[in-house]
Amino acid sequence: MPCDGNASCTDNGRTAVCPDPADLSFRIATLRVLDEQGRVQPTAEPDVSEAELVRLYRAMTLAREADQRMLKLQRQGRLGTFPLCTGQEAAACGSAFALRPDDWYAGGYRDLGARLLRGEKLETSLLYWAGYEEGNVSPEAGRTLPTSAIVAAQTLHAVGIAYAMEYHGERAAVLTSLGDGGTSEGDFHEAMNFASVWQAPVIFLCVNNQWAISMPRSGQTRSRTIAQKAIAYDMPGVLVDGNDVLAVYQATREALDRARAGGGPTLIEAVTYRLMMHTTADDPGRYQSESELQEWWRRDPLPRFRTYLEDKGFWNADRQASLDEEIKAEIDAAVQALESREGLAPDAQFEHVYDTRHARLEDQRAEFLANLARESHHA
Amino acid sequence: MPKMTMVQAINRALDQEMARDDRVLVLGQDVGRLGGVFRVTEGLWDKFGPQRVVDTPLAESGILGTSIGMALAGLRPVAEMQFSGFSYLMFPQLEGHAARFRMRTRGRWTVPLVVRMPYGAGVRALEHHSESKEATYAHVPGVKVVIPSTPRNARALLVAAIRDPDPVVFMEPKRSYRAFREDVPEEDEMLEIGKAHVVREGTDLTLISWGAMMRPVLEAAQDVQTRRGASIEIIDLLTIAPMDDQTISDSVRKTGRCVVVQEASKTLGIASEVIAVINDKALMHLEAPVRRVTGYDVSPPYFARENAYIPGPGRITRAIEETLDF
Repeated sequence: MPCDGNASCTDNGRTAVCPDPADLSFRIATLRVLDEQGRVQPTAEPDVSEAELVRLYRAMTLAREADQRMLKLQRQGRLGTFPLCTGQEAAACGSAFALRPDDWYAGGYRDLGARLLRGEKLETSLLYWAGYEEGNVSPEAGRTLPTSAIVAAQTLHAVGIAYAMEYHGERAAVLTSLGDGGTSEGDFHEAMNFASVWQAPVIFLCVNNQWAISMPRSGQTRSRTIAQKAIAYDMPGVLVDGNDVLAVYQATREALDRARAGGGPTLIEAVTYRLMMHTTADDPGRYQSESELQEWWRRDPLPRFRTYLEDKGFWNADRQASLDEEIKAEIDAAVQALESREGLAPDAQFEHVYDTRHARLEDQRAEFLANLARESHHA
Repeated sequence: MPKMTMVQAINRALDQEMARDDRVLVLGQDVGRLGGVFRVTEGLWDKFGPQRVVDTPLAESGILGTSIGMALAGLRPVAEMQFSGFSYLMFPQLEGHAARFRMRTRGRWTVPLVVRMPYGAGVRALEHHSESKEATYAHVPGVKVVIPSTPRNARALLVAAIRDPDPVVFMEPKRSYRAFREDVPEEDEMLEIGKAHVVREGTDLTLISWGAMMRPVLEAAQDVQTRRGASIEIIDLLTIAPMDDQTISDSVRKTGRCVVVQEASKTLGIASEVIAVINDKALMHLEAPVRRVTGYDVSPPYFARENAYIPGPGRITRAIEETLDF
């Protein structure tokens, strides 16, 4: 079902973010499973067990609640600047939910839900945003690359990994995600091109949240859709309602199946909205319209998926209450673990620069430690 | 031992490492069917096939970015930048990712890759084909920068670079690609990355250089030695970063005089760093100021005038004599 090209799906009235496919002079596949009220299109409904659906809902809820708690912690000076993911849980979680453990994930920096679904501990994510490199050490998440703060760079890593998968004869695929702003970067286009030439098993997920800090989607590209950029690279492009977690899941699963079967890469555009600031240092009041924001809060992916679960008989107020309690406890525990953590050795920066220690860096370490001893002596 | 050019010696290193370890693969523009514009990868495509000798699209960031992914997933890619003048397009991937994965993940993820690039002037090439930007790469923590000077050390250093667990920028002095031949042993040979080589021992002056400048340096040293009987110690850095401070300071503490020769432009070059090392570790042993012989602070001129830029034996000889006479 097409992503409806209605008025609220426009960007300050300038360019339709989500045009009616009937208006386009080319064909882009579109997918929606749940409408804005959470009613399912029975023909499009994926076959997922109750337990798995609940696991998906739990991950989305944890990502939302953690994001909101992190905002409070940041405001209290207990966490550094971080980008908020509220509103984008369906895109992050629906896509990662389709991965198998032997698949890879190379994300950006606004994808907490995807990381949690990959097995990353919340405490690890918190460590990253608290300013510790240990927040990039997540063996529990397996084949999951650390956060990429450089926009779109990770898409090239994904293509190289996909090449290596084929080289090793593994039937695994790679999911890489980026934002709408990232599609303006050269690395994204080089990655799309290399993936196409190599027919590499990569899924490019563009989480189009319609803003790159203050630049609206219409200022990034004149393309009517981002999905259509796939056409130039002769790969399938799919436009999905990014607040419909089942549509994101379904599109990703189909692309993964195709990639693992040797069918090459796919570009998926998940249309969603950044409901909060870019990062805690941002002030969207300077550029974002309140009415547009309210319109998108109305499309919040969480109540939409909850309605679906309730209609299926998988969810009710009691289960929600116990989930809320459980998630609060989990976040409390992660914050507690973060804040009770033993500090690293003060000279940790001199480790892991190279595989082996080098005389020049060891001289600098000795100088650093001598200064430290002198300063603590005077203190 | 067969006598080889540097191009042949580098080809041998790639060939032997690919035969030894099937995780090693080569990728870049025109490296496959053509064998590279300098024929460095000649014959590898026929021998190892297109999956291991990969002709890529024309995109330097793409070449290095995908190489990083390959390395993260267990391969040992050797990427070629066709000329170092095109390598700036991959700099963000090198600086932001290849160089940092180990440190930012406390060793959980590492990027063992080599990026080879011909550099330097002196082959009458077109513009953007003659730069010496080793200092730019040496300024990136986490990256090793290696510059061979002869066929034999090129082979031995490239083998070491391919087996190294960290990203290595391997800069090949293209002026030396076919300028002379040297015996290169059939059997495995490696040189340790991070170690400078004392090419000739001496007591009166230390002459330090690397890459294509080693030839005029040897010529100038021979000239001064013959005419004046001066004993000149010659150091070939081989590894630009991380630098072998010890070999530099040991030598200068012994000789008390030093000349550093670099092809790159003068300001903030590797010669400046060598002098800083001497300042830190051997200043009180100096009998004369340390001299630099370098390119000028201009973009390398087009080839019709490139000899006005490249340091030659005459300038080096004069710098040695003035330092001896100080």
